[in-house]
Amino acid sequence: MASYDYDYDDAQVGYDESSATNRSSSAAGQDLRYDPNFVPDSVKSFVVHLYRYIREKNVYEIHQMYESSFQTLSERLFKDTPWPSVDAVAHYVDNDHVFCLLYREMWFRHLYARLSPTLKQRIDSWDNYCSLFQVVLHGVVNMQLPNQWLWDMVDEFVYQFQSFCQYRAKMKNKTEQEIALLRQYDQAWNVYGVLNFLEALVEKSMIIQILEHEKEGLEQFTATDGYDYKGGSNVLKVLGYFSMVGLLRVHCLLGDYSTGLKRLLPIDISQQGVYTIVIGSHITTIYHYGFANLMLRRYVDAIREFNKILLYIYKTKQYHQKSPQYEQILKKNEQMYALLAICLSLCPQVKLVEETVNSQLREKYGEKMIRMQRYDDEAFAIYDELFSYACPKFITPTAPNFDEPLVNYNQDAYRLQLKLFLYEVKQQQLLSGVRTFLKVYSTISLGKLANYMEVDESTLRTILMTYKHKTHAVDSDGKVISNADVDFYIDDDIIVVVESKPTKQYGDYFLRQIVKLEGVINDMDRIKLE
Amino acid sequence: MGRERDVVQQPLALTAEELVAVNPYNPDILHELENYVNDQVSSQKYSLDANLCLLRFYQFEPERMSTQIVARILIKALMAMPAPDFSLCLFLIPERVQMEDQFKTLIVLSHYLETGRFRQFWDEAAKNRHIVEAVPGFEQAIQAYAVHVLSLTYQKVPRSVLAEAINIEGLSLDKFLEHQVANSGWILEKGHGRGQLIALPQNEFNHPELKKSTGDAIPLEHVTRIFPILG
Repeated sequence: MASYDYDYDDAQVGYDESSATNRSSSAAGQDLRYDPNFVPDSVKSFVVHLYRYIREKNVYEIHQMYESSFQTLSERLFKDTPWPSVDAVAHYVDNDHVFCLLYREMWFRHLYARLSPTLKQRIDSWDNYCSLFQVVLHGVVNMQLPNQWLWDMVDEFVYQFQSFCQYRAKMKNKTEQEIALLRQYDQAWNVYGVLNFLEALVEKSMIIQILEHEKEGLEQFTATDGYDYKGGSNVLKVLGYFSMVGLLRVHCLLGDYSTGLKRLLPIDISQQGVYTIVIGSHITTIYHYGFANLMLRRYVDAIREFNKILLYIYKTKQYHQKSPQYEQILKKNEQMYALLAICLSLCPQVKLVEETVNSQLREKYGEKMIRMQRYDDEAFAIYDELFSYACPKFITPTAPNFDEPLVNYNQDAYRLQLKLFLYEVKQQQLLSGVRTFLKVYSTISLGKLANYMEVDESTLRTILMTYKHKTHAVDSDGKVISNADVDFYIDDDIIVVVESKPTKQYGDYFLRQIVKLEGVINDMDRIKLE
Repeated sequence: MGRERDVVQQPLALTAEELVAVNPYNPDILHELENYVNDQVSSQKYSLDANLCLLRFYQFEPERMSTQIVARILIKALMAMPAPDFSLCLFLIPERVQMEDQFKTLIVLSHYLETGRFRQFWDEAAKNRHIVEAVPGFEQAIQAYAVHVLSLTYQKVPRSVLAEAINIEGLSLDKFLEHQVANSGWILEKGHGRGQLIALPQNEFNHPELKKSTGDAIPLEHVTRIFPILG
């Protein structure tokens, strides 16, 4: 669906303020010839059929209409105007309340993607989400909707929140009227409201308990891709499920990484799950998971998951070429390579990275990664560049103080996260030098190494302790986990380097081969010889 | 049940953490969480989750922020090292607040700890007694962190290096060592004529041979994948 590919469209201009003016100028230019009450026949047919399929619970047809018909019609008839207003189509669908809410949700999503929403439209869209989620939370929805659509709702909800915060933080060019509206509707896209809706969907859906029960074999969710084969509604359950990913993302946008990861915990990302069915959800999950771990200095966890998904995208991207999400997939792909380059520069565990991914990485960032090892000003500039390119669009979730002179504060959150990240990089700047020496010695005295590194012995001791501290993360249970690529210990004043032998995972290899062989044998059995 | 007895003894403590679990996004609990920060300081407890939750509310409603409470949270986070709690808190505190002198000092202290510069740390801490002495257990917590990093790094550490890291000397250090020998398996040895060496307890980081080889272990979940085939 359209939402995803425009998800980060501001990011393409980076944190350049010009994006604000671009948007508002096109907002003013919304087509004057647009008649919200004119309903072309094709649209009439679209809503009538979609409404019928929803009542018939025909998920397959709903998915077809949602994924392709809506897209085709938008492309043909509504390239630069909104769809007909909900009032104009309501009587074709028995004025069905829930259908109208769904239609409006798509209406706004299309508007955000193709045009530029006015402040009033942003506020109206918030109201529509409130009504829609309230209906779902009160359990009066008995529809079955495709996972893709349900993911897009959560994704778009968080995107519009982020977009609203960015919009509100650019106060300099606001008109009197806009400021008055902002003051009047101060609850629209309120951060508590956003978080509480997502949280309520998680709670009310009982999704955490459902996933627990599934582990014990008492209930099915993942096995049925989130659908209820007995005909019950999947809407609340799946919205609750995706809301956990939504919460991860909102917390990352706020710089609250450990809370974000905590919200994702009920989803076991080492396994396939409903989150991997929809490519947008899969990428959003892993991107934010990896980023949060990078900020928590758990580089190995970040590297592992980036590696897996980058390999997955590499192998499957051809199937998404025609998808409206294709551009966004490529964009996130590039961003995750940048994040992987950062992780591997701070924690050179290249053996965790699969060969294909590694060669892609070398191609894109090989030269930069060599320069990042130098830890001079140029290296910091590259860390800065890659971080700024690949980080989430951080937000300040509060309204400005309208009584004070109005300034832009849309970059504040980003600047703070960048500054703290670079601070961390600086703390690690001497480690790459130590690494280089440790790699070529099996034992070396402190005095000698201090000499080579041109520091005194007590400074060297602090560098070595920094190395140990920075390469040994502490997990949430307080357990120490080594991220070290080269390790050592000191006996009095002799450094003994520990060779890290790559431990081959034979077990996993054999398991995979057994499954593969079984598949081949099954295939052969199926062949009937004439 | 131990938990239930705790409820009776410390109603506030458990309530605060439960409150966070039930109301992660409800600012009505802001005052309880502020009280809980003070409680953590006076009763030497710690809850990162509760503190992050409070910082979140401050982030959402900056006008309600108490810088005194924020400072206490940051000191408690320093005491939680080697965990990255201090950075996790800073990520949520607006830059203009971080510019205040007391926070600048704490950031410098954190920087020294993060980079293993214990001498500078103790010097700086001594200059700012009013900040750190407000929180009971501060010294001991940092000493525990120093011992943690030393144990990752050294099999045998010279007495002088230990003394500098934990900021204890002379007779007090003898007493400290005596205690560690009796309780934590430390061993005192004679160095090569340059004073004492202390053999720190073995762990898989300073004695790599203790590291369990993970290569040949297969988690059960992975094996379950082939159950249908084996059956």
